[in-house]
Amino acid sequence: MKKDIILAGVGGQGILSIAATIGTAALNAGLHLKQAEVHGMSQRGGDVQSNLRISDREIASDLIPFGKADMIISVEPMESLRYLPMLSPEGWLVTNTKPYINIRNYPEMEKLMAEIQLQPRHIALDADEIARQLGSPKSANMVILGAASPFLGIDYQQLKDAISRIFSKKGEEVVKVNLDALQAGRDEAIRQKAPADNS
Amino acid sequence: MQKLLLLGDEAIAQGGIDAGMSGIYAYPGTPSTEITEYVMHSKEAKALNIKASWGANEKTAMETALGMSYAGKRAMVCMKHVGLNVAADAFVNSAITGANGGLIVVAADDPSMHSSQNEQDSRFFGKFALMPILEPGNQQEAYDMVHFGFELSEKFRIPVLMRITTRLAHSRSGVARRENRPQNSLKLPENLKQFILLPANARRQYKALLANQPAFIASSESSPFNFLIDHADKRLGIIACGLAYNYLIENFENHEVPHPVLRIGQYPAPHKLIENLYDQCDSILVLEDGYPMLEELLRGLLNRGKTIKGRLDGTIPRDGELNPNIVAVALGLADTRGRDIPALVTGRPPSLCKGCPHIYSYNALNEALSEFYKGRVFSDIGCYTLGALEPFDAINSCVDMGASITMAKGAADAGLLPAVAVIGDSTFTHSGMTGLLDAVNDHSSITVVILDNATTGMTGGQDSAAVGKIEDICEALGVQKEHIRIINPLQKYHEENLAIMKEEIAFEGVSVIIPRRECIQTVTRRMREAKKLQSTEKVEA
Ligand SMILES: Cc1ncc(C[n+]2csc(CCOP(=O)(O)OP(=O)(O)O)c2C)c(N)n1
Ligand code: SF4
Repeated sequence: MKKDIILAGVGGQGILSIAATIGTAALNAGLHLKQAEVHGMSQRGGDVQSNLRISDREIASDLIPFGKADMIISVEPMESLRYLPMLSPEGWLVTNTKPYINIRNYPEMEKLMAEIQLQPRHIALDADEIARQLGSPKSANMVILGAASPFLGIDYQQLKDAISRIFSKKGEEVVKVNLDALQAGRDEAIRQKAPADNS
Repeated sequence: MQKLLLLGDEAIAQGGIDAGMSGIYAYPGTPSTEITEYVMHSKEAKALNIKASWGANEKTAMETALGMSYAGKRAMVCMKHVGLNVAADAFVNSAITGANGGLIVVAADDPSMHSSQNEQDSRFFGKFALMPILEPGNQQEAYDMVHFGFELSEKFRIPVLMRITTRLAHSRSGVARRENRPQNSLKLPENLKQFILLPANARRQYKALLANQPAFIASSESSPFNFLIDHADKRLGIIACGLAYNYLIENFENHEVPHPVLRIGQYPAPHKLIENLYDQCDSILVLEDGYPMLEELLRGLLNRGKTIKGRLDGTIPRDGELNPNIVAVALGLADTRGRDIPALVTGRPPSLCKGCPHIYSYNALNEALSEFYKGRVFSDIGCYTLGALEPFDAINSCVDMGASITMAKGAADAGLLPAVAVIGDSTFTHSGMTGLLDAVNDHSSITVVILDNATTGMTGGQDSAAVGKIEDICEALGVQKEHIRIINPLQKYHEENLAIMKEEIAFEGVSVIIPRRECIQTVTRRMREAKKLQSTEKVEA
């Protein structure tokens, strides 16, 4: 088993919370893990990405080779496209459709969506809206993670356990909100693609 | 013991804690900052009474670590690559004094300049100083090399340079710990003249350093971090340094490379191992995540030996960090690059935080200078360097820490009047104070804006060395009290701030303006921590 994942977003959107959840689940499943993070200058409103690699065998490189990523998980639509050279032709592009506009020349939404749709395997969802409907606008990242969960190669229960563990300090209510967000994202992804049972 | 999931930086810090380190000194700088922060936040380190502190700059940190080594204890000093330029005087001379307690100097390089102004390769500094160098290839090795490095340092009484790069520093992986080693006790050097570099003594010590070189090389030859892996296809032999080895084996099924590979993690270069590889292969490919150091040595000036491939012959790009793809292409394997980035994807540069005090300082400064032609604002390194970008377009230089004040002075000397320097509080205490003294002594006509946000913002909000003391320092350096003006960088004081800036820019002499308001990020962090504290108190009550 090997999954190479690019996490993408804008500085401040908290992509590392997704990485931490997948990482915790992977470690509990006894898998190897490497995760290259972004620190420093690029954190303020600039583009950020993280390379997350999990495998049942020893991992060599901290960086995912171009064209070999199994998945891009992005919390922002334009950012999801920035890392296309990393994605394998069979890879999944899972992205939020809610744009984060802090630049003047942000592309038109329609053209952006058309580019996303060019990727044969993609899931695009408005995670912010789904999270808002659940009454927890802060858990949009967990909605995205839920949407990626059918393709992660990690047991869904392991992911839920990881969330319970990570948020346990903040109380049961917070755990439940995040688990609901995860499930809502997962449901939406399954609705969009009804993938083979590979989870 | 269960493995810890650690950044390369954290692995080095944990290595230090476990290997009996008594003190760690540093000045923040990406990608090295997390080493010292980890020790500062470690409960274990606290229980072991390990000293961890930020110095005013890398030179003070390096010298403090050298002092701890003098006293017989194990010390570490950490910096980003350009920090080693600042610490260079102490660093190079520390090879001549030698160490007493183990001393490791960590320099974190930043190939591809993710957050730096150059991509210099610190291995050259180690070679220049004639010091052993360790270059870990993964997080576990980073941890192990700290133990090894302290022993090496004490065995040969020499500081050891540990060179890492951004990818290792900021990538996480599992690390297995070793048993704790107790700290050294206080023990002065056997020879109390060891650290006196008077010429007569320095000559003797330098000869001893030279005489030790064969022993350093022998240590490299037998190092657990240098090894030759034999394989059948001898048309090509590969030298892979540090992280480059991972990028190499990533390209092959089961990580089995068909060619002989020499993996290097310790320098000076292991001559015999290299000779062995060279003799059995038709050509050599050198993979280094940095400058072509070994490649240049192997080619020599005349390049009349076997074919040496690498950065110098174009097999690998001359600049930038390596990755698995660059190595694949160098080996003639397929380029697996996926779809191109669609043309509509635009750049998203970092920007100042909403409400950042620097915004209002620049707004006032830009307006105050609007009556002069552009091109007279010398700046420095920090969050405020973003003043170079839209919408401010407010500064004209950023070279090295402290250069704003001295460059403004030089330009003013040349007749560029008015000349303005813009510098952050931490950068000012790092390297700006001496330049201000020069300007005062020379009665230069410059205006220095010291942006005092009470922190080292750019690197994540570490303590700044002179919080609340900037105006006193300026006055003590000889700036006239009436020309040291403190303002509050907020929109509502814009007119007032603008008038003060205009006045001081018009003044012929050294004037200092200190816009003072705390960084938004550190304020938020403080409030969050206070809230947390409050809620735990409530629970306890
Ligand atoms: C010699 C050297 N050391 C460290 C750094 C890393 N670095 C860049 S800016 C900065 C600090 C900036 O702090 P300050 O001057 O207070 O400005 P702020 O970011 O808070 O606006 C540091 C440590 C560097 N670029 N060069
Ligand atoms: S971190 Fe602080 S100093 Fe830096 S941009 Fe943000 S508010 Fe300004």
